Amino acid sequence: MTSILPLTLSGATVKRGKKTLLGPVDMTVSPRGFTIILGPNGAGKTTLLRALHGLEHLDSGSARWQVPLRDARSRQGFVFQAPVMMRRNVRDSLAYPLIVHGVRRKEARQRAGLWAEKIGLGDMLDQAASQLSGGEKQKLALARALIRDPEILFLDEPCANLDGRATREIEAILQTAQANGTRILMSTHDIGQARRLASDVVFLMGGRIIETGPATTFFHTPSTPQAVALLNGDIVE
Amino acid sequence: MIRVFALISTLCLTLFASVAQAQTLKLAVTTSFNNSGLSDVLLPAIKQDTGIEVQLLIVGTGQALRLGKAGDVDAILVHSRAAEEAFVAEGYGTYRREIMYNDFVLIGPAEDPAGISGAPTATQALQRIFGQQAVFVSRGDDSGTHKMERTLWTAAGLEPDTFKGWYRPVGAGMGAALNTASGMNAYLMADRASWLNFANKGDLALLYAGDPVLFNQYAFIPVDPARFPHVKNNLVQKLESWLTSERAAGLINGYQINGETLFTFNANPVP
Amino acid sequence: MNEILEGLKAASWLVLTFDSDLVEITLRSLQVTLTAVAIASLIGLPLGAWLAVHRFRHRRATIALLNALMGLPPVVVGLVVYLLLSRAGPFGVLDLLFTPTAMILAQIVIVTPLIASISHQAMRDLWASYHDLLISISTRKRQRIATLLWDGRRALITAALAGFGRAIGEVGAIMIVGGNIEHATRVLTTAIALETGKGNFDLALGLGFVLIALAILVNVTTHMIGRTESEGKW
Repeated sequence: MTSILPLTLSGATVKRGKKTLLGPVDMTVSPRGFTIILGPNGAGKTTLLRALHGLEHLDSGSARWQVPLRDARSRQGFVFQAPVMMRRNVRDSLAYPLIVHGVRRKEARQRAGLWAEKIGLGDMLDQAASQLSGGEKQKLALARALIRDPEILFLDEPCANLDGRATREIEAILQTAQANGTRILMSTHDIGQARRLASDVVFLMGGRIIETGPATTFFHTPSTPQAVALLNGDIVE
Repeated sequence: MIRVFALISTLCLTLFASVAQAQTLKLAVTTSFNNSGLSDVLLPAIKQDTGIEVQLLIVGTGQALRLGKAGDVDAILVHSRAAEEAFVAEGYGTYRREIMYNDFVLIGPAEDPAGISGAPTATQALQRIFGQQAVFVSRGDDSGTHKMERTLWTAAGLEPDTFKGWYRPVGAGMGAALNTASGMNAYLMADRASWLNFANKGDLALLYAGDPVLFNQYAFIPVDPARFPHVKNNLVQKLESWLTSERAAGLINGYQINGETLFTFNANPVP
Repeated sequence: MNEILEGLKAASWLVLTFDSDLVEITLRSLQVTLTAVAIASLIGLPLGAWLAVHRFRHRRATIALLNALMGLPPVVVGLVVYLLLSRAGPFGVLDLLFTPTAMILAQIVIVTPLIASISHQAMRDLWASYHDLLISISTRKRQRIATLLWDGRRALITAALAGFGRAIGEVGAIMIVGGNIEHATRVLTTAIALETGKGNFDLALGLGFVLIALAILVNVTTHMIGRTESEGKW
């Protein structure tokens, strides 16, 4: 099976009415790595992730995968900042993406059980997803996005509302996934998290890419004054 | 989900099972025939003697004739001679066979403000109501009773369409009209049977009856099988011979409410 | 006041003696209305979900029309169904006029827009929260509709019950297409109309109380089944 990556975004813009939320943006997502997207609120991080995943209509430019869009879509995962919980229990929430894509119900439920163990929800299989804690919900959303072994996983500030322990658990899951070959793109406000996880960095402001490159370069020798300010802990807006 | 489908299919089965009935015949009759209670006596006897289950559609004469014209019933039993003759003449019914008659009565407030109880004729009674502009409820539904009432107003030299607010056409069946009259303490014309069986009389009383023009002839008309081949004509023939038989005569003449005879059997033995 | 008490007395008498005519027309009321609501739900619930998910040119107009159809006057529906099923009408050969099937057909027409409209409102809200997720999982349109129907089943039960409420108390349409024939098409509402016409207010009221009790019973039963099935699961 040919890889869906690299993904090439060229001249992409997204507008809401007259306001430009993103772009024009050019970027290439290579087959391997862990990209962290940094930037202040309103910089366009969410819009960029959604545009890459195909949830946003591009007002100009294009996003091109190595395979037709139809095939590419089902080999991606997305974790939203506010996790969308279905009105189902933990087991059925995890089994849902598998069943939708033709896995037999019995096998799907079995695999859902294994994933629930992995994320520490093994004894909550029959509990309603909506009744989980914030951290549990986000872990469930992450497992749901990973359960079909996507080639690329997008995460939109998944740890924004979580405490240290839940954040650590999520980072561990992500590192395992990356080790297994999943390409990851994730936005965050947390510089510390960026330093822990990133193999490369995209720094956004005002809907445009200000600076991008390998994580070591970005953190040690930032080339733009905005990046320097961000890394100094100044307020960037 | 499976349970839901099981429930639905069970319901559908019971539904279609109940539709399939043998030897049923649809007869459109006037409200007065049913309100009199006579149908409750005749129908079981018909079932017993002939095996036919007569399904009654209780409607006004106007609607009964419409049902016949559409071929939706097998026969009709109504009381409005002119309309019946037109129905037969237009080729919807084969012929008109007279079965029995009862009579209409004038009902009104017990204190009788228009003083109709002493009137020498029915038309004079109506003229007194007109003279007083006393509130009068009319069926106004093109039924046999309504047509009879209009005929009487015309005979009295009056034209109901020109009447002002005291004349209230309610556009409803006999029972609903009686309920309205009871509520408004108004005059109205009703068939004797409906009046005697009516439970909500209030302050109303029977004020005038007995003029031969108030006699009310019921006739049986088979819907023409040449025009509507699906009509169950053989059952209709059986029903007709039963309705004109000695047995029917005995039941009809013997039917009483509060000791009063309501209907007089007058069918000729041969049509 | 006295007549209402008489009505209550008549109702209890009818129920306590297990009056055979009452049992018959009550069962027929249930049979007609439950069948109509079941079929209307099979049409209306997916239609509501489909309208929530599917974008097409005249979608807004379609939804506005559906909402307007909720207020269809039953008597007009009855008249139209009568004219269609009449021997002189286009479907006369089916011989359905004055049968429970005709009554079911009329009630389906009356109730489907109501069920579809309530379903659409519930599905629209659920779709708003599920939209991104279901697109992201790259579900097909049919799967989206099925998911919305399943996850929104409680709201859909409410939609079906609203349909039941409208249908069980309806008299205008079924009077015309059913004909209120004793032992064939007489149901609670048409019997009430008949007894009122005879001035038998206590019996009419008694039947009315039975009708109200029946409606409450069906609602309570449905809610109890719904709760025991899914308590604590979501």
